[in-house]
Amino acid sequence: MQLTNRAKKTDKSELSLFERSYLPSLATGLGITIKHFFQKKPTIEYPEQKRYLGPVFRGHHILKRDEEGRERCTACGLCAVACPAEAISMVAQERVKGEEHLYREEKYAAVYEINMLRCIFCGLCEEACPKQAVYLRHDKFVPVFTDRSDVIYGKDQLVEDMNQRYQRDAWTKEDAMKLWK
Amino acid sequence: MSSFVQWLTESMFLWKALIIIVIFAITLGIAAYSTWAERKVAAYIQDRRGPNRAGWGGLLQPLADAGKMFFKEDFIPAQADKWLFILGPCLSMFTALMSSAVVPFGNSFIIGGKEVFVQAIEINIGILYVFGVVSLGVYGVMIGGWASNNKFSLLGAIRAASQNISYELAMGMSIIAILMMSGTLSVREIVLQQHGGNWNIFYQPLGFLIFTVCAFAECNRTPFDLPECETELVGGYHTEYSSMKLGFYLFAEYINMFASSAVTACLFFGGYNYPGMDFVETQLISALGANVGHNVATLIGIGSMFTKILFGIFFFMWVRWTVPRFRYDQLMNLGWKGLIPLAVANLVITAGAILSGYKLVGIWAGLGLMIVLISVGWSLRPKKKNAIMGA
Repeated sequence: MQLTNRAKKTDKSELSLFERSYLPSLATGLGITIKHFFQKKPTIEYPEQKRYLGPVFRGHHILKRDEEGRERCTACGLCAVACPAEAISMVAQERVKGEEHLYREEKYAAVYEINMLRCIFCGLCEEACPKQAVYLRHDKFVPVFTDRSDVIYGKDQLVEDMNQRYQRDAWTKEDAMKLWK
Repeated sequence: MSSFVQWLTESMFLWKALIIIVIFAITLGIAAYSTWAERKVAAYIQDRRGPNRAGWGGLLQPLADAGKMFFKEDFIPAQADKWLFILGPCLSMFTALMSSAVVPFGNSFIIGGKEVFVQAIEINIGILYVFGVVSLGVYGVMIGGWASNNKFSLLGAIRAASQNISYELAMGMSIIAILMMSGTLSVREIVLQQHGGNWNIFYQPLGFLIFTVCAFAECNRTPFDLPECETELVGGYHTEYSSMKLGFYLFAEYINMFASSAVTACLFFGGYNYPGMDFVETQLISALGANVGHNVATLIGIGSMFTKILFGIFFFMWVRWTVPRFRYDQLMNLGWKGLIPLAVANLVITAGAILSGYKLVGIWAGLGLMIVLISVGWSLRPKKKNAIMGA
């Protein structure tokens, strides 16, 4: 019974004397290995070299600010609800007078924490967010933890730095396709 | 006292001691860096980068490996024969280091009006000495395997012993053809007779093939590494070894590779000879004076010798990462039914060619005739009826 057309016919005829001497196949083999010896190695030496992961890579979380530097998050909790790993927790607080330059909405997250051991980097928080506040960066990993106290990331590690604003390389499929050219 | 100092300076003792120490150090150094090279070659052949963390390009890797080996627990099994267990790796290392003693690494240096050969000892039975020492190497493996009191170790040791004995025969016979041509057992003489580009490989292509295959088997290198075959015997004869004793066994293998590459270079590739060496030497002598010119020419010769040796070691590695291991019956078939008859035929052909007076033509014609005869015999063999293949 033929399932695919990829099966190769093997030659089962008796070997000739020349083939039986083992030398021709040995020479072929040595030729193949020496070819690989001089080939360019595809290795990317990770800590020194990092490959571009694409505009859709889901890495380190970021809480965006708007153009005037105000936090976009309004502590609605939709991200926490969407999170399948229950990694996100927050404490909401009302904006008082004089804080309009800090928070865009009338309510803001006084505490916003992501447990990076729980997070599975699925990006559902990003999808759930109605204020375009939380994103997963494509250009930064969450680093290795060496201590349990490093695991929970607070606002100090998550809120965007206005001096180094995060910009995704491509938002649409068309833009992303251009990146690979 | 003064007469002793005089004797020291006048005799060759100091120079010989120096040369022996230098050769010893170079042997160990090359063997150490062979472990690094092996991993690099393996990596490059498999499209990897290999060790590159310890030092530039991983060049400190041998030191790291040795450090690791030293800090491992030096374990001796309770049921093992303690003294033999310790003796095994020592003997292995000892014989491995001794075998390069008669190899001439270069021509000679003229120092203070005296000619000092670049060779640890010049004896007129050099080749016999090499073979004697190499055969002793089996004892290291055999004693280690026996003393471990472990079935796998013993099996590995027995394999090693029978393999080495089988392949020594073919190896010896392929060498006899060389000896018939050169008429001497001294390695130095054999090298001298291959002056310039007049290398034995052109006279003894079949002998070289047999010798190389046997050298692989003698060094227990893939495709003949059955004594330490991991898939069947855990680790073979060194299953029970740890720490630097294991290190000695592994290191001895690399020293053996170096030694057999050196012997191959001497016997078949003209040792320190290279084409155009006379021209280079006369030019150097006219430019730098008789003594310095000769010494510089010798240094170039040593360079050519080490190029050949290093290529030989590379070839060992190249083959290791290309060819899979033989099955044991295939190994024995190849040794006894393949290489020994071929070596005998090579012997007869060489003898005929020497008698005919046309060595080069005679040997190649003889080999051609042999191939024709074998193929005729092959095509006339009774055909086996095979039910499966006939279908």
